[in-house]
Amino acid sequence: MIQKDKLYSIWVYLQAEPLFWLTLTIGSYLIGDYLYKKSKLFPLVNPVAISILIISLVLINLDISYERYFDGAKFIHFMLGPATVALAIPIYKQFKVIQKEALSISVSLVTGSLFAIISTFVLCEIFKIDDQVLFSMLPRSATAPIAMGISDLIGGIPSLTAIITIITGIMGASFGTFALDFLKLKDMSARGFGLGLASHGLGTARAMSRNETAGVFAALALGLNGIATSILVPLLFKLLNLF
Amino acid sequence: MLRAIFVIFFFQLLGEALKKFFEMRIPGPVIGLILLLITLIFLKRFKTRAINNLKSDVLNTSNYILSYLSLLFVPIGVGVVMHLSYLENNLFKVLIIVFISTVLTIGITAFLMEKINKRINKK
Repeated sequence: MIQKDKLYSIWVYLQAEPLFWLTLTIGSYLIGDYLYKKSKLFPLVNPVAISILIISLVLINLDISYERYFDGAKFIHFMLGPATVALAIPIYKQFKVIQKEALSISVSLVTGSLFAIISTFVLCEIFKIDDQVLFSMLPRSATAPIAMGISDLIGGIPSLTAIITIITGIMGASFGTFALDFLKLKDMSARGFGLGLASHGLGTARAMSRNETAGVFAALALGLNGIATSILVPLLFKLLNLF
Repeated sequence: MLRAIFVIFFFQLLGEALKKFFEMRIPGPVIGLILLLITLIFLKRFKTRAINNLKSDVLNTSNYILSYLSLLFVPIGVGVVMHLSYLENNLFKVLIIVFISTVLTIGITAFLMEKINKRINKK
């Protein structure tokens, strides 16, 4: 019994410290990554989804609040900013290709961005989604911080937008390549651009893990669609209010 | 490595400061990305040893950080799962809408881009 008390007190001590949650996050990601490689890079075995699942199960079963977990995991979360800046490097390296494909980039950017917003709107109408949830969904293809800002502007709920935006990223990263394979698309820049445009950072991470050119165009699409969405959503929103 | 981390953090800092100053809606790191890109292109004219060294240092470190890009999304991802109840009875509908719209957007965007690229390359 003394042994058990001792173990329990160690646990109480550890779970209050960031180190435990940091280790758990990296550990579960490594498990996810291992399974992903074992599955010969099968898209549905997504390392991010697997590690999220493992950590969530641990938190729910041990009755740990998300705030407690995030207190440790925030060190990893912090690196998202610098990683975004670091995306300048692959874009720089492929700058010539980007210049060469400027026309196809701009046409697909505008079309893709509009399609993401309008199809979300139409589907929300079909499924009879409440206005406030609808507004929170419209900017979901932009990267999370941009999407939250737009949502706030048009009367959505920013925290809800954050959730929907991340769900969009996971969906795109898990199922996007099936659509690309179904259409028999071979052009790596086009594949990456589609993934990054529709599913921002998570889509970019996915593209980057497969092919450098795809990763570059995904990163490019992420940045460009962040800007396009923040112009198009408020614009379409105003048009909508006219009717 | 340390110098490269400094450069990357510095550009993010610059981005955050400009965002605040001009009250922009674009996130600070995205502004930092654009500034770093412009700086790299500008530095192409100067081919001194010191600049080349720093450049390759930044290149290597960036590649290293980016190889773990997926991992960085895990903490917010866990937040999403823990807060799914926010969506209440809309959860299932939202998942279907997001699935259909995202997959179609990826397909259409990439399809269009590949077709245009092919046409241009033919000429």
